Amino acid sequence: MAATRDGYGQALLDLAVNDKVVVLEADLGKSTKSLHFRKEHPDRTISCGIGEQNMLLVAAGLASSGYIPFASTFAIFTERAFEQMRNGVARPGLAVHVCGSHGGTHTGTDGSSAQSIEDLAIYRTLPNVTVLHPCDDVSTRILTKQLAVSKQPSYMRTARNKTPVLYDDIEAGTIQIGKGIELKSGSDVAIIACGVLVSEALKAADQLKQQGINTTVIDMHTIKPLDTALVDKVSTRCGAIVTAEDHSVIGGLGGAVAEHLSSSNSTPLERVGVKDRFGESGQADEMLELMELSAPHIVKAAQRAIERK
Amino acid sequence: MLAIMSATLSELEEIARRCRIEIVNMVYRAQAGHPGGSLSEIDLMAALYSTSLRVRPDEPDWEDRDRFILSKGHASPGMYALLAEKGFIQHEDLHSYRVLGGVCQGHVDMKWCPGVDFSAGSLGMGLSFGMGCALAARIDGSERRAFVMLGDGEIQEGSVWEAAMAATHHELGNLKVILDRNRIQNDDFCESQMRMFDIPAKWKAFGWNVKEIDGHNMQEIVEGIEFLDNSNDGPSILIAHTVKGKGVSYMEDNPSFHGAAPNDEQYAIAMNELGAVQ
Repeated sequence: MAATRDGYGQALLDLAVNDKVVVLEADLGKSTKSLHFRKEHPDRTISCGIGEQNMLLVAAGLASSGYIPFASTFAIFTERAFEQMRNGVARPGLAVHVCGSHGGTHTGTDGSSAQSIEDLAIYRTLPNVTVLHPCDDVSTRILTKQLAVSKQPSYMRTARNKTPVLYDDIEAGTIQIGKGIELKSGSDVAIIACGVLVSEALKAADQLKQQGINTTVIDMHTIKPLDTALVDKVSTRCGAIVTAEDHSVIGGLGGAVAEHLSSSNSTPLERVGVKDRFGESGQADEMLELMELSAPHIVKAAQRAIERK
Repeated sequence: MLAIMSATLSELEEIARRCRIEIVNMVYRAQAGHPGGSLSEIDLMAALYSTSLRVRPDEPDWEDRDRFILSKGHASPGMYALLAEKGFIQHEDLHSYRVLGGVCQGHVDMKWCPGVDFSAGSLGMGLSFGMGCALAARIDGSERRAFVMLGDGEIQEGSVWEAAMAATHHELGNLKVILDRNRIQNDDFCESQMRMFDIPAKWKAFGWNVKEIDGHNMQEIVEGIEFLDNSNDGPSILIAHTVKGKGVSYMEDNPSFHGAAPNDEQYAIAMNELGAVQ
């Protein structure tokens, strides 16, 4: 078990050999894990205090001057700087990399104010912006390092709490921005998941197996650009799709897949996600239960999708 | 000592006059845009570009250029007129202001126009961006500076003060601001929209070097720019008291010409007052 935010912190350290990489913080470096970079490279770490709007544009100014800025804070606080992200980063296409940690209801006991359930949706609407939500610390580390050579701005959500490590023995090149990863192959239903729900999707697949249902599980770590070729492939193979995310059912991974299917084929789709409501204080596992995001709820959604074939 | 001769002062005034004509031309042709704030800022920008700003019109992306960030990006006609005057763009390009596909977009845009370092449009964003440019220069070990033109209404945006605080924290002596204090914003006089009380005191309280000038007196402007050039121990701001719509009688101090174009009759009056050859 490990938290994806640790993968982010480690990636920043790995990236430090490139002297164009700079890190921006808004008083949450201990939480987002940029603190390791700060300790090693204080000259390239910029404290912006508790001022996220300023931070994003300072990052934009650095990017316009040839630097590769990684700016992090809690996912929810990045949203305060949405217009700065739109007009100051995305519109001029400056490669600023924003990391929103502590995303989703999984973040837990801090309660609803801290549980961003809309970040993936809002950043996905911005032209030029890559949107990522990796599921484990290994993939987070790999994807963060890929961002450093991307010419596009990005938003990546990481999670506060630990989740299973899935990619310990991953082959080099398997994890690529824009390419979903097929973790299990079955022909009855496909679960397309991201972030903390990927491991729940794997559990759901095991439970479905006991019912004789063979399940495909996709880690769709890149929400934008969506790997539509893979969506088409698994919809043809399985004829029923479930999306699973610790995010609103509106506009995130489920929204992206629904948008694609609406113009490609009529495969039944069931979306597991936060049902247009706010959260509350609770432990991570309690939140997944309360919000009906855990494996048993993904199983039920899979059964509904299969019935609709 | 003032390094510039009075003959040069009149030369600067002449550059600004020519730019004023182009500002009115652009807004008249487009029948849209923001003449008031363009006319208030233009003396300051003409002097800055002519006496201090280290840029290369034939190499607009020169890495070690000073950055100029027009944070009040709606006052784009002023900047376009000056960029044409200095040779970054052609005078014909001014005809593309607010025209589909034109380099002169409604608000200044770094993706569209050579010599533009910041894509503006939403107020309150340029100072933070300039701070990023200034930090980059420092990390690079470069002498280049970041100049930011702010509007007075614009500093009602809270994030300006995030940047003001952060620039002092980081001791950014290479970050230099000119505040176009024209006292008018979109709806009306600033005083009626949001009283800002003692603006110099606010910047001083945030730790900035502050100087006030008459933003239409070229002698004071040149001295003010020298103040910015020479203040390198921390961020500096030149508060320039200006008249919105300066140079066109019916636009002066008139909130109606923040964002409105002159009609045919008004256009003729403006051209006459600015000494344009018709």
